[in-house]
Amino acid sequence: MDFTQTHFELFGLPATYALDRAKLDAAYRELQNTVHPDRFAAQPEAEQRVAMQWATQVNEAYQTLKHPVNRGVYLLKLQGIDALDASNTKMAPAFLMQQMEWREAIDEVRAGGSVGALDALSDDLRAAHRRIEAQLAALIDTAHDFPAASEAVRQLRFMDKLIAEVGDVYEELES
Amino acid sequence: MALLQISEPGMSTAPHQHRLAVGIDLGTTNSLVATVRSGLSMVLDDEAGHSLLPSVVRYHAGGDVEVGYAAQSAQNLDPHNTIVSVKRFMGRGIADIEDIASLPYRFVDAPGMVQLKTAAGVKSPVEVSAEILKVLRQRAEAAMGGELVGAVITVPAYFDDAQRQATKDAAQLAGLNVLRLLNEPTAAAIAYGLDNASEGVYAVYDLGGGTFDISILKLAKGVFEVLATNGDSALGGDDFDQRVFCWMLEQGRFAPLSAGDARLLLTKARDAKEALTEHTEVRVTAVLSTGEMMDATLTQSAFNTMTASLVSKTLAPTRKALRDAGLAVDEVKGVVMVGGSTRMPCIRQAVADFFRQTPLTNLDPDKVVALGAAMQADVLAGNRAGDDWLLLDVIPLSLGLETMGGLTEKVIPRNTTIPTARAQDFTTFKDGQTAMSVHVLQGERELASDCRSLARFELRGIPPMVAGAARIRVTFQVDADGLLSVSAREQSSGVEASVQVKPSYGLGDEDITRMLKDAFTHAKDDMYARALNEQIVDAQGLIAATRAAMAEDGALLDAAETAAIEVGIAALEKLMAGPDVEPNHHLAIKRGIEALNAATTEFAQRRMDQNVRRAMAGQKLETFG
Repeated sequence: MDFTQTHFELFGLPATYALDRAKLDAAYRELQNTVHPDRFAAQPEAEQRVAMQWATQVNEAYQTLKHPVNRGVYLLKLQGIDALDASNTKMAPAFLMQQMEWREAIDEVRAGGSVGALDALSDDLRAAHRRIEAQLAALIDTAHDFPAASEAVRQLRFMDKLIAEVGDVYEELES
Repeated sequence: MALLQISEPGMSTAPHQHRLAVGIDLGTTNSLVATVRSGLSMVLDDEAGHSLLPSVVRYHAGGDVEVGYAAQSAQNLDPHNTIVSVKRFMGRGIADIEDIASLPYRFVDAPGMVQLKTAAGVKSPVEVSAEILKVLRQRAEAAMGGELVGAVITVPAYFDDAQRQATKDAAQLAGLNVLRLLNEPTAAAIAYGLDNASEGVYAVYDLGGGTFDISILKLAKGVFEVLATNGDSALGGDDFDQRVFCWMLEQGRFAPLSAGDARLLLTKARDAKEALTEHTEVRVTAVLSTGEMMDATLTQSAFNTMTASLVSKTLAPTRKALRDAGLAVDEVKGVVMVGGSTRMPCIRQAVADFFRQTPLTNLDPDKVVALGAAMQADVLAGNRAGDDWLLLDVIPLSLGLETMGGLTEKVIPRNTTIPTARAQDFTTFKDGQTAMSVHVLQGERELASDCRSLARFELRGIPPMVAGAARIRVTFQVDADGLLSVSAREQSSGVEASVQVKPSYGLGDEDITRMLKDAFTHAKDDMYARALNEQIVDAQGLIAATRAAMAEDGALLDAAETAAIEVGIAALEKLMAGPDVEPNHHLAIKRGIEALNAATTEFAQRRMDQNVRRAMAGQKLETFG
């Protein structure tokens, strides 16, 4: 295993935020088909161990590139930037205001809203998520503005938390 | 465009010998064994033509054991010594078993896993399960005329690490080489997916005797990717029986029941439930040992009412799994029904209503898991070439550690594709702290006390530093069986200490050795001859595989490396031919195997690097093709 190889190189993809998901999926399937422990179950232990290490690495790489936040964090890390550095909490005031509004909206639904209201809120959040992803692609791939990209990654992580909270409320409403 | 395959120069194209491998569905109520013959997966029957083996084990004083129908027919007569639905106790402590008061067994509260007092002594659920597996192994070896190279054993997808470890231990105890633990819904998907050559997203709804699983899978180009799984490892057909049983108690107004009468009524309850699959009402009669009687009619609609809450208990995990997969109901192309309990009309209706489509029931829900497991065993044993499929499964429950204040810190979230490894850094709380207690947890809850405790271990020898200065990296590795190992290492000072743990619910290697000894004493089997034979077969396999690898990829090694491997082979061959010195010669061979494995690790890595380069080169060509 070549540890100097990036996850993008592993899958034969360009190191950009914009991602050809079909190509990533195809390369992932091809790699797992080659290295997965199930391909070596009848082989000696040494080969089984190597297969587990490889399959673990390929899964890690795939999860990193597939996930919008993780892919952003990883690309910035390749630039030597820790986007999730705990000391860096800079966030645009407008975004923070919007966050608070969404949080209040979630609490309202939780206090006695309908599934329909939650669906609408969920759609809003996902749309916002997609907008930030598009911004991130522009900031990293075109503008190379990494400090701004770091902030966008943090925003995206906020959105993930909100979407997860909406999932919890679905569970509460359904039970 | 798919590329044509051309074999390596020197690579053997001759078909190799068919290796005997089976798939085993170790069920709560019934167990089955299946294998692939002439490309077809089939369930193996016993001499009487039964394919199902009731998962019932009866222990006699003196150590004789009965398994299956004979044991089942004795369960009302000898309830204390006849263990039914033992799967529910695998990897479970006394506190985990909800309806313990209504069960006729004499439980012993043992650390980790509950045990059962029988006429033949105290038995762990692992030993009871091993008895079932032994019968299936013998059935397979008799039918196939040879020793098995291995078995795929299925487990509920929602089984946690302790339950999986217990299952693997049981297989080992039964003398089975476990090729893989396979999730039941995934096994069912193989059986269905390949029959119908389907692509798209499928849901597998698996309601067995004691467990419920829901898995959402994506099938694409021969890859079965599990997107999410959920379930309830203590919900199944048994609970439906229990509801009917309660109804019978209300109808009969009996005096407190003996264990035998309770078992009788439970059996009647199950018969009534099964009859209601075909009929709209059923007459339920029973005569107890006290002379008390009941005679009442149970209608399907009354049954549906009394079990409605159980049905809806399966739909909450189904919603969660879909949400985790990020999918809406209308994106699911088909729903596969698995497990005998999905024969109940109320279940079929609820699933059809939820997914807004008629579920697939064309394969026998009792057999589909074993059939899929056999197909996977055939692949893992190396009997197929070129056209096989690949399974990418997930862990069902998050894995984490307890942190300060009794909180859970998740290290690997649920639905992560396996195999996987994740490391997380922790630090010390006090100045001069030299030891750290690591508590491994599984579950979704925030409080450590609400999650399942898998293992505790201590990391000692941390150099004294101010609080927060030490860097302790804890690494979780989950293998392709879904089994976890954890190691911890202090890194900031360069001082290393690490420890490997096996979950506390699993049995230690010494326990397994003791149980194996017990088992062989009773079976009057020659344990030493068996152990020696196993090692010799392993050694022969390893030497053959190493020689084949060198013939194929010898160019990857320089002269010195080739010589080192040759030395390892020669040493192992000498051991195999050497004087057979009881009782430890098999251990000497085992060490020789380990040495040769170590000597070929670097070679294995280079071969894999080469495979990956070739695969990705093919991938690029395909993209342009």
